[in-house]
Amino acid sequence: MLFDKFQAMADFRAELAEQDVAPFGAVTEKILSATEGIVQGHKVILAGTNNYLGLSYDARCIAKAQEAAQLWGTGTTGSRLANGSFEGHQALEDEIAAFYGVNHAIAFSTGYAATMGMCATLAGPGDVILLDADSHSSIYSGVKLSGADIIRFKHSNPDDLAKRLRRLGDRAGQALIIAEGIYSMLGDVAPLQEIAAVKREYGSYLLVDEAHSMGVLGDSGRGAAQAAGVESDVDFIVGTFSKSLGSVGGFCVSPHAELEHIRFCINAYIFTASSSPSVVASTREALRIISSEPELRTQLWQNSNRLYDGLKSLGLKVGPSASPVIAIEFEDHAKTIACWQGLMDRGVYVNLVVPPASPSSNFLLRNSVSAAHTPQQIDTIIAAYASLKDSGMLTSAEYDAA
Amino acid sequence: MVDYQEYLAFIYSALESLNKKKVVLSEDTELVGDIGLSSLEVMEFIEKIEDHFDISIPLNILPDVSTIGELAKKIHQLNL
Repeated sequence: MLFDKFQAMADFRAELAEQDVAPFGAVTEKILSATEGIVQGHKVILAGTNNYLGLSYDARCIAKAQEAAQLWGTGTTGSRLANGSFEGHQALEDEIAAFYGVNHAIAFSTGYAATMGMCATLAGPGDVILLDADSHSSIYSGVKLSGADIIRFKHSNPDDLAKRLRRLGDRAGQALIIAEGIYSMLGDVAPLQEIAAVKREYGSYLLVDEAHSMGVLGDSGRGAAQAAGVESDVDFIVGTFSKSLGSVGGFCVSPHAELEHIRFCINAYIFTASSSPSVVASTREALRIISSEPELRTQLWQNSNRLYDGLKSLGLKVGPSASPVIAIEFEDHAKTIACWQGLMDRGVYVNLVVPPASPSSNFLLRNSVSAAHTPQQIDTIIAAYASLKDSGMLTSAEYDAA
Repeated sequence: MVDYQEYLAFIYSALESLNKKKVVLSEDTELVGDIGLSSLEVMEFIEKIEDHFDISIPLNILPDVSTIGELAKKIHQLNL
C-alpha cells in the first residue's frame, strides 16, 4: 500500500500523543524578544533557535525589512532568471562576495536550496563526491540528485577521507569533498586544517557548508574555514541567512569564475521564486551588522561557555568542547521526551532531535545559544536542567561517569 | 582478486550481530524487508564491508540492491 511506509511515523506520533507532548512543530504563539516567546502556552526562554547573534529581532533589520516591503512589495513573484532579480538581490550577492573576499556569489531562496542545489549540480554522472557521513540532509538530498558516485567518509576523519581518495586513483583529482564547519546537531567543529591538507595532497575540490559557523567562528565571522586558516583551499562555501543573520535564504560563494555559469544550471535556483524584498533587505542589514560588530561574536562565545560549563558542572554528558550548539544524548527515548516537556514546564524551550536528524540512534536535547541571551537567562536554563536532575528525570545514563 | 563467494561469506558474518529477528540468511534474504535493518544499520554494515576489503561502496548503488545476493554481486562488479 502507498501509505504503509509511514506506519512507523504514525506509531511514533501516537506514542507522543499518549504522553501528551508535541515537541515537533511546537507552535510559537508570540515572540517577546530574540530570546523569549510564548510556545504552546508556556512563556519560555528560547534556547533552540539557531538565532546565534540574536538578529531576528534587531530593530535595524526590522526597519530595513519594513522599508523594502513599502518600496518593493511583499514578493517578487518570479525566478531570478525571469522577473525575480531586483536590485537588492544583486546588491546582496555583491555584499556576500565582498564579506568572503571572493568575486562570485549566488543568493538562494533558502539555505536548503543553496546546499542541495550546489551539491546536485557541481558533480554529475562520472564524477565522485566524498561526503562526511554526518552531513546535513540537504547535502544528502543534493548528492543523490547529482548522478555522481557518492562515497561517505567517517565523520570528521581526515585519515578515512585520505584512504578513500587513495582508492579512487586518478579520479581523486576530479573529486568533490564535502564537509561542514560546525555540525548542526552536536555542535562539533570539523578538522578543516587536516581536511584541507588531504584536499591539497590529492588535488580535489572542497565545498564547506558554513550554515552554523558563519557569524560564529573566524576573525571576521566568515566561519570555520577562516578560523582554521584554510580559506584559500576552499573552492565553494555554502551557507544560510536563517541562522546568524536572522532572516531566511542561502548562498554560495567561490573564487572560481565558473560559478557564474553554474548559476544557470542549478534547478533549485532557477525553478523557484526569489527571496522577498523585505527578506533581502534585512539580510543585507544583518550582514552589515555582523561585519561591524564583532562584539556580538564575543558575547555569543561568553554565553556558550557559560552554558557549557554550567551543564558540565551538573555532570551532564556534553561534547568535548564548548560551542553555541550544546547537545545532550539520551539512549532512552521516552525519557528524552519527558525531559523535553520537563524543560518546557520549567520555562525553557530546546530542540528535541530524533533520528535521522540525530547522527546515531540516540535522541538529543539540543540547546542553541544566542548572543542576545543574558547571563541570567543562561543561568535559568542551567537551573532547569538541575531541577530535572533533582527530580530524578535525568539519571546516571546522562551523567558523565567521571 | 576477491571472488563473489568471499564477499557473500563476509556479508553473512557481518550480519550476525544485526540479525535480531534471527532470520535464516540466504542470497535471497532482503536486508531491509526481511532482516529489518534501519537506515543507520545499513550504513554501519556497509562500513564494515568497506573496512574489511579496503574498498569504497558508493551510496548510489544501494537503491538497486535489496537482497544479500544482489549486494555481493554489485560489490564484486565494482571491484573487478
